[in-house]
Amino acid sequence: MQLLREIWYLMQKDFRLEWRQRAALNGMLLYVGSTVYVCYLSFVRGGQLPAPAWNALLWIILLFSATNAVAKSFLQESRGRLLYYYTLVRPEAVILAKIGYNALLLLLLGLLAFGAYSLVLGNPVQDMPRFLLVVVVGALGFASALTLISGIAAKAANSNTLMPVLGFPVVIPILLQLIKAAKNALDGLDASPQPVYMLLGMNLLVVAVSYLLYPFLWRT
Amino acid sequence: MKNAWWKVLTVVLLVYTVVMGLLGPVPRLAILNETIRNLYFHVPMWFGMTIIFTASLVNSIRYLLRPSYRLDVLAYESARTGVVMGLLGLATGSLWARYTWGTWWTPDPRLNGAAVAMLIYCAYLVLRSSIADEQQSARIGAVYNIFAFCAAIPLLFILPRLTDSLHPGAGGNPGFNYYDQAKFMRPVFYPAVFAWTLLGVWITEVTVRLALVKQKLYEKQLA
Repeated sequence: MQLLREIWYLMQKDFRLEWRQRAALNGMLLYVGSTVYVCYLSFVRGGQLPAPAWNALLWIILLFSATNAVAKSFLQESRGRLLYYYTLVRPEAVILAKIGYNALLLLLLGLLAFGAYSLVLGNPVQDMPRFLLVVVVGALGFASALTLISGIAAKAANSNTLMPVLGFPVVIPILLQLIKAAKNALDGLDASPQPVYMLLGMNLLVVAVSYLLYPFLWRT
Repeated sequence: MKNAWWKVLTVVLLVYTVVMGLLGPVPRLAILNETIRNLYFHVPMWFGMTIIFTASLVNSIRYLLRPSYRLDVLAYESARTGVVMGLLGLATGSLWARYTWGTWWTPDPRLNGAAVAMLIYCAYLVLRSSIADEQQSARIGAVYNIFAFCAAIPLLFILPRLTDSLHPGAGGNPGFNYYDQAKFMRPVFYPAVFAWTLLGVWITEVTVRLALVKQKLYEKQLA
């Protein structure tokens, strides 16, 4: 119970910080918007994109915006503030709160990106509820896999380059399953929930490992 | 020289593997033809790589539980040897694929897994070199090593079994399991696995010893 309360306070704090210094949030929104628009301008002469390419491009946009959004989750914490947390809460609460906060943030970004993307590049999705479910699971997956990575990258010297270098290999299994599940929803044919279960399983695994490992990371 | 018997064994087994692997009898199969000899090189290299990466993981876990310089060096040097063996495995596999599948690379789950493993350990090496403080580098590197290994296991070992694959040993293709393999290939294959794994261990042992000696010299200079 204590853990849940700590997570709740930490998440509240993150949301409040985000809302008060809106520059970062606006930056992320603009990043997503301009990426989508650049893709639109690059593909506009080809007519409607074929469905697999449409799908792959959407997920690449989501992956890059997720990497960018999550990268700052530990960078913005100053050394003093981390020490302050150290006296107040347990490390498990910090990492779980960050994962939860990132999941909600990425969900917001993902839905906005998806909306903007289908506005300019068309929307060939056949099974809309299932596709939205995949976007939700995707936000969860990116958040859970990348949060610990951002904690690791924040400790290193060139953390901006390290974030994608460290994160992409870890995200690839999740990304492949996401693209598969999204393609199924896109075609509206294969209704088997297996890829979604697979994704949830992977998310659980990654969150569990983050939970176990973060206490070793934060004391450095 | 008392403990050198396994090094002698490595050399003997490697010479045996190369000679018998290139000259020994192999079944005549369509498409595969002589490329079946790759079984003695490519497959044992991947075995060796998997074992060495597992050693790296185990040492990282041991380092987190009880930090010491030796364990960190073991984890780091194992990862480096594993990368070398992985690159050899990729090269031999790619060459083999060129002559049997007609392409250097295909988007096959196993090949993806191999590529991801390489990316992870290269990222690990980059991470290690980009943190100046030695203890921080060791601890953060260990955390990443464990995290990445756990996150990539689904791709490496589970997903390939759920989908069809061109790779031998999956999707109805015969592999190197007990039933498919020609009996007279086994006397070369099993020693080959030992030989390549031992070679990896040997390389790691030498690099670890070098690192420890360097550290000792450094400490002597400070004193």
